[in-house]
This record gives sequence, structure tokens and C-alpha cells, in this order.
Amino acid sequence: MADATTTRQELRKPRRPAVNLHVVGPLVALAVLIVVGVLLNPNFLSYGNVTNVLARSAFIGIIAVGMTFVITSGGLDLSVGSMAAFIAGLMILVMNALVPTLGPGWPVILIGMAAALVFGFLAGLGNGLLITRARIEAFIVTLGSMGIFRSLITWLADGGTLSLNFQVRDVYRPVYYDGILGVSWPIIVFLVVAIAGEIAMRHTAFGRHCAAIGSNEQVARYSAVHVERVRLATYVMLGMLVGLATIMYVPRLGSASSATGVLWELEAIAAVIIGGTVLKGGFGRVWGTVVGVLILNLIQNILNLTDLVSPYLNGAIQGVIIVLAVVLQRQKKAL
Amino acid sequence: MAAPAASAAPIPAAAPVLALAGVGRAFGPVEVLFGIDFDLKPGEVHALIGENGAGKSTMMKIMAGYLAPTKGRVLLDGAPVAFSSSEEAEERGVVLIHQEFNLARQLSVEQNIFLGRELKRGPFLDHRAMRETTLALLAELETPVDPAAIVADISVPEKQMVEIAKALSRKARVIIMDEPTAVLTRKEAEVLFRQIERLRAAGTAILYTSHKLDEVARLADRVTVLRDGRHVVTAPRGALSEDAMAEAMVGRELSNLFPAKAEPASAAPVLTVENFSVEGFAEDVSFTLARGEVLGFAGLVGSGRTELMEGLVGLRPAHGAVRLAGRPVRIRSVEEARRAGIAYLTEDRKERGLLLNLAMRPNLTLLALSRFGRFLIDRKAEELALDKAIAEFDIRAPLREIPVGNLSGGNQQKLLLAKTMLADPDIVIIDEPTRGIDIGTKQQIYGFVQRLAAAGKSIILVSSEMAEIIGLATRVCVMRAGRLAGTLSGADINEDAIVRLAMGLEARRANGNG
Repeated sequence: MADATTTRQELRKPRRPAVNLHVVGPLVALAVLIVVGVLLNPNFLSYGNVTNVLARSAFIGIIAVGMTFVITSGGLDLSVGSMAAFIAGLMILVMNALVPTLGPGWPVILIGMAAALVFGFLAGLGNGLLITRARIEAFIVTLGSMGIFRSLITWLADGGTLSLNFQVRDVYRPVYYDGILGVSWPIIVFLVVAIAGEIAMRHTAFGRHCAAIGSNEQVARYSAVHVERVRLATYVMLGMLVGLATIMYVPRLGSASSATGVLWELEAIAAVIIGGTVLKGGFGRVWGTVVGVLILNLIQNILNLTDLVSPYLNGAIQGVIIVLAVVLQRQKKAL
Repeated sequence: MAAPAASAAPIPAAAPVLALAGVGRAFGPVEVLFGIDFDLKPGEVHALIGENGAGKSTMMKIMAGYLAPTKGRVLLDGAPVAFSSSEEAEERGVVLIHQEFNLARQLSVEQNIFLGRELKRGPFLDHRAMRETTLALLAELETPVDPAAIVADISVPEKQMVEIAKALSRKARVIIMDEPTAVLTRKEAEVLFRQIERLRAAGTAILYTSHKLDEVARLADRVTVLRDGRHVVTAPRGALSEDAMAEAMVGRELSNLFPAKAEPASAAPVLTVENFSVEGFAEDVSFTLARGEVLGFAGLVGSGRTELMEGLVGLRPAHGAVRLAGRPVRIRSVEEARRAGIAYLTEDRKERGLLLNLAMRPNLTLLALSRFGRFLIDRKAEELALDKAIAEFDIRAPLREIPVGNLSGGNQQKLLLAKTMLADPDIVIIDEPTRGIDIGTKQQIYGFVQRLAAAGKSIILVSSEMAEIIGLATRVCVMRAGRLAGTLSGADINEDAIVRLAMGLEARRANGNG
């Protein structure tokens, strides 16, 4: 083009052409929801409600941060909801089995937590190895493991519910309900995971490599990126984050059943997409995912607090938001 | 069946079939075409040449209905037309054959040829009629491809022929070819030229673009030169020499395309390769590379040069002895190659070289990312590296943050070179560095190569462009069918010798033209 001979100074200045809808979109949506919430119900910004929304967001949020890396590198994991249920079940079984020898106390809970992380690691490793070594499509592998985990938890619970020992439950409860300075633990953990994820995505070689692989695997390979290793790492990391989310979730109800974590995978994927990460990979944004999770949970919260629209329409409204988010993504491409 | 009903006169005296009158085009505030007058007559080959960014693509897209002009008119058979889409243009007999083909890769040849206008018998597809028509078309084009073959599995020149067959099946009167020979070997190009001549004789109007001026001089009845979106000159066959064309394109005198060659300072090899094999592609190849040397690798496309180099840097399973400055090494991945000081610059910058949807900075530093911080990436250092690369390699981009897919081919190639050099290799393997690049940028890239050699880097230059190998390399290895056919040096490096080796001694001499 004739004007390509811009001087170096000019090259440096204009970083973004104008207001970028793709960047601002999710934030605007979040702000609008907050304003709507305040207008409809004066208690919307109360301490109780805010804490409630954030704590509920935490489980999906922690998982969605991991999902952002998987999707950015061109993968997908449909198994996270079933995986969470399965890990919750195993965790409860492990803790219940240890109560007779160790007594209902923190040692049992710590071992249970470690077990959750180990099971998450193994589940992610299994998915990742099938995808990277056996070279089966991520969609197929995780569709399969989704069914396997869901079936296993149903089997372990014998079609019913696995309940945590009541005394252990009393000791464990504060992990969900207490916190520091009025901020509950799930919120703190979510915040830490989100910040670490944002840094990893934007400022480390790992995040850069994820985007490179998702953008064009061949180019990444030719640029000395260990494609298989990075990809495997995203699934293992996601598995461990599912384990972490489960650690936060189990003390809430103290039980696991075949109904635990149903549709979490879709909520997590939806949050990632609403946040601006490209479903086909190549570009990921962790802060966007956090905003996405909050948007989804605020919609539900607002519907519950007001009686303008039936809460049963929650899914429909979320669906519209997801489609809108993808339309915005397309506009960015046309730029 | 390609010929229109018109009397197929071989001499283009007829009225233009497609013409542009005062056509201009702007993208937002940026004007890229200014008042272009141009015409295409039945039965002529009209070549359109110009540097990358001169406006050729825009002009072709306007003619084929992909873009509308913002000024001026498009005339079909003398009457103004406004194609609303490329489909409509095809309907009216104007077909653009893209450089990156417009074929559905997972469909068969036959399905592609009839895509969107399948022959039917009642509500069902008439497979037999389509098969027969496809066979007839392909036979006419001397292309022995199975109509049932999946397009992804056929070779690049075959894809080109399928595109042409598709155009013919649509009764094209005007065929616009965007650099058809950029991806073809000389032999394959000869087949294409024969087809072009046949189409011309049948009265088809052909607009032809190429960076290879010898082809243009040979094929074109008329040549039009564009520069910076403006029409420079239209001349009949023989009126412009190749040098004159190049000068008209660049707008300045191109005295010396290649810098002066310098013999390497020392003969001591930095790289010794012995009995190196890449399964299925290269066998028992041995060669040495000296410090500061430019070693050429010539041969036909498919002779295993690229695969050999990919084997050397660990991208393909390979075996054989490799020594760096006498020390034996084993390289199993690009990362190991990078640490050993070897970098490979791929021939396929769009699919293997650059992340087209990302900006220049992440592209530049991807290979050498470990040098920008142990854990956290030092963004400032990256920006500085980009400043330096832009200055050193003269990369021209309208915006720093623009996705590199929007840069011109020449600037992409310069960025790829900068990316490779950022890893600070001692040995650089450059594969087809000037494919699809205009002549001004070529000259710059040749300068970079020579400068790197002068700075003590050792360079392996793989190229199908004879002039490039002859102009830059001090020694030339010629490959044929996966084996090293011979090595030439000094005065022995000439086109004749290279072609003889590349084709095998018993083969007839290839066409000596250009």
C-alpha cells in the first residue's frame, strides 16, 4: 500500500484504532447488568448478595480459567462437570475411609484435598495423553471421559448420594463459609487463580505458546515450541483446577451424586467464549473469562431477586448472551 | 468447448471483452487505485505486472466482481456492468483463479468442478454426466488426474489445472490468473504455458500476473505495468525488455540485483553432514558448510531439499552423522537445533512461518522467547527487539499491532527473517526466501543474505530460482530424487550445469530460456 512507509514514530503511537468492541463488550455487558440489578432491587449491592454471587461464581470460575488455556491452544474439554462430580465422590470416599483411623479432623481433610488434586491431575493427564499421544480429537476424548466419569460417580454412589461423615463435615464447613476479613475462601481462591492465570496467559512463555499453538500448530512446531508438551500441560492444569474447585465445593453440601456438576462444562465454556477467547483457539483472555463467569451468574441472580422475568428463562437469556458474544468476535475479525 | 461462439481469430483485433475505464478504489481513506484504464481482448494474453502493493490484486478483484470500484466503470462487451458478486461475474464468463486456490479440499476433483452447478437428473445428481464431462475437460488440459481423487491429495500444479478446468466448465471468456507459476516448477509451468496458448488460440482473453518477467516477456501479447496504484505503461509484445519492465515497476534503475559475492574467509567446515537420510525424501546426502559461506541447494521441487533441511533441524525423523565444528551432535527437535545454533527459515511463511492472526511482536520473538525473561516475558525488551528488527530489515507496516496476515508478502518475509535471526544462529537454512515477492524486496533480501554471510554466519540457501542460486551461492549442491546429484563451485555454477544435474545426465536439456 502506498502509505506503508510510515515513519517509526508513527508506528509506535496508535495502538488501537478506536474503541474496540471486542475488548469493551464484556465489560459493558457486566456494567449494564450491575446497573439493572441495582435499579430492580436495592439489596442487589448488599454485602450478602455480592458475596453470594461471587462465591457461587467461584467453582465455575476456577474451572473456566483452566478452560481458557485449553481453548486458547485449540482444544476443548467437555468432561470437567463429570470430572468434578467424580473427584468429589472419590474425595468423600477417601475421607470417610480414613475417619476410623485418623479421627474426624484436619488431617483427614488435608489428605482428602491432596487426593482431589491428585485425581484431578490424573484425570487431566488421561485426557491430555489421549489427545496428544494417541492423537484423538479433544471433542471425542472428552465426550468419552465425560460419560465415563458421570457413570463412575453414579456407580460409586449406587445411584444415590455419597455423603461425607457428619463430624468431618462440621470441621470442613468453614472452607466454604468462612474466610478472611469477610471474604470467603472460595472467592479468595478464585481471585488468586484468576490473577495467576492472567499473568500466565499474558506474561509467560506458556501463555504465548498456547496462543501460538491455537493459532497455527505448524508454525508453533517450526518455532521450537513443544506442541505436545504444552497441550498436555493445559489439560493437566485444567484437571487440577477442577480438583481445586471440588475442594471448595464439597464443604458446601457435604455430598456428591450423579447430579453434581451437571452442565458445568457448558457454563465454563460459555464463560470463556463470552469473555472474548476465540473458540477455535489462537487468542485467549483470562480476565475476560472472569467477566464471563460473573455475567452468567449475575443474570441468574437478577432473575432470582426480581419477578419481572421468570427465573426459568435464565437459560434462554444466557443463550442469547453467548450468541451475542460470538457475533462481537466476528466483528473483530472483519476489522 | 471453451471457445465462445465468436470467430476465433488468433490476432487480437477484436473489441475488448472486458475493460476498465477510469477505475479507482479506496479502502476507507486510503486510495489504492487511481484512474486505471485497461482492456482485455478476446484471444490475447495481457500481462499485469507491478511490485507487491502496486494494486494488481485490487484491480483483478474489481474485474472479477470481488470488489466494486469506488470510481470509474467496468465494461463488459462495451457495456457498463456492476457485478454484485464474483458468482455473477462467473455467470457472465469472467473467472479469477486465485493464487491460493479456491477449492474445497475435502471434496473430489469432480465435485469441485461442478460445485454450485451440479448436473442433475430430476432431483438427483447425474454422476455419470459429471464424470464424463470432467474426464473430457481434464483430457483437454492434458492433466491425468482421477476425477474421484480428493483435492487435498493432488499436487499443486494439478490443483491449478483443476481450477482451470473449473473455469472452462463455466464457459469462461475471461480468465484472470493471479501468479499461476509462483508454486510451479519450470516443467509444470511449461504445461501451463501450453494450456494458456491453447486457450488464447481458442479466443479466451487471459489476464496474467507474475513476478517472473521472463515468463511475461515470453507469453504476453501486451504488458501493463502498475506502480503505486497508477497505470505506468501498456506496451505490445517485444516493446519492453525485461530490464525495462523491472525499471517501470520499481520506478528506479535496478542496476545490480545481486550484491558482489565474497568467498568465505576460511574453508574449515562449521557443519559437516555425512550419509544423512530422511526416510522417503532424502538418502545418503553428505556435504560441508564453511564459516561465512553461502551454500546453494538447487533441484526440482520435490527433489527432497526441503525435507532434507527439515530433517537436519529435527522436524522430521532422520539419521546420519552431523558434526558442528567437528563435534558430533544429534538434533531431534527445533529447540535442540536452536540451542546448537542452527535455524531453519521455512519456505511456507503463511502456514509454517508466521502466526497470521497475531501482531508482529509475538511473531518476532516466538522462536527466541526464552531469551526474553526466564519466567515472565519482558515486554519492553520485546518492543525494543521489534524496533531493531523494523529498522534493520526495513519492515513496513501501517500499524505495529496489525495482524501480520495483513502485511504484504515481502514484509512478512522480512519479519520471518528477523524472527529467525533473533535466535542468533550461526547456521541459517533459508528455504525459498523470495517466493511471491516483488523485485525491490528481493534485492533487499539478497542484500541481507550477503550481509549475514559477511558477518560470519553460514548460510544454506534452498531455492528453485536459478538466478538466485547463481547470483548468491559460492558453491551449489544439486539434488535429484532425494540424492545429491553433484556439487558445483566457482565458474562451474551456471544454469546449464545445474539443470543437467537436476534432471539427471541422460535427460534432455531443459528449455534454456531465461
